[in-house]
Amino acid sequence: MPSFNFVLLTIVGTGLVTWISRITPFVLLKKFELSKGVVEFLSFVPIAIMSALWFENLFIQHIGQLPSIEWGNFLASVPTVIAAIISKNLLVIVIVGVISLGVIRFVFGL
Amino acid sequence: MNGELTVPAATKDTLPTVFGYIGIGLAFGIVGKAAGLSPLLVTLMSIITYAGSAQFVVVSLLAAHSPILSIIFSVFLVNSRMILMSTTLAPYFKHESMIKNILVGSLLTDESFALGMNKLNYSDNHLNFPWFNTANLLAYMTWILSSLVGAVLGNFISNPEKFGLDFALVAMFIGLLYLQLISDRSIKFNLQLIVVGFVLVAIYFGLIFIPSSLLILLVTLVACTFGVVMKHAFF
Repeated sequence: MPSFNFVLLTIVGTGLVTWISRITPFVLLKKFELSKGVVEFLSFVPIAIMSALWFENLFIQHIGQLPSIEWGNFLASVPTVIAAIISKNLLVIVIVGVISLGVIRFVFGL
Repeated sequence: MNGELTVPAATKDTLPTVFGYIGIGLAFGIVGKAAGLSPLLVTLMSIITYAGSAQFVVVSLLAAHSPILSIIFSVFLVNSRMILMSTTLAPYFKHESMIKNILVGSLLTDESFALGMNKLNYSDNHLNFPWFNTANLLAYMTWILSSLVGAVLGNFISNPEKFGLDFALVAMFIGLLYLQLISDRSIKFNLQLIVVGFVLVAIYFGLIFIPSSLLILLVTLVACTFGVVMKHAFF
């Protein structure tokens, strides 16, 4: 691991770029209005981003080849989706998900 | 979830996600400690960088002795989706002061964004500062505390994966996606399903040639465009 000062500088640098990404739209949109077309485009952001974050975890990247399946996450997603449909409760969904993956790893050693 | 935009309502709405933050925060602390970061640096990263999954990327790049600029650039790429989320969220806070806008933006996370988007379906399309700030602050405190605890526990636990804790984040994305699908009435349900299917295909094939740090942002942009086109053509 690099020195304390190097790590601290990295933390500050990564914090800064993340902060700028987070606040710039808030600062700009205080003054400017979004067009109707942009608003329509953005209405798809929640489902697109949540599904992209989920699906990205189901595969293992091999640049230049088709990705392989991350079987642990893939299998654990099944009971998690079922828990979502039945309970519609985020807490239940998260607990079912974590226990599922724990059991899958214990049983199959994935 | 109901339409109330108060501090107690926000606490109740955020509580389920808190368990997700605890799981991932603990895992981050353990991983950071195992890689050789002190509990102080682990906690500082959670306070200052505050970037969930991107913090795992930082730890692995630090351990690999990557140059600082390439670490910062990777984090920027992974978190560039924040720009998209902030742009989607900001119009709902136009009536609040600039400082409150900056506060909401500063502590925005994937999960508080998704919670907020979910809330809109119950609150007659309104959001306010007390509700969102409470959701953000609860997440922030939980994240900092659990990564500190994880770093301290790191002396005793070597591989957090064994317990399935790392799945808390994925489970949260699944839950938030499903709740959004069933409650968002501004886009037809079938169209939403088609967009989700499109994202799956795009991620699968995108992984062949696009680094995963950039892929989330690119796929989101393409999927939103696809959604707009489909909406005008068929819905």
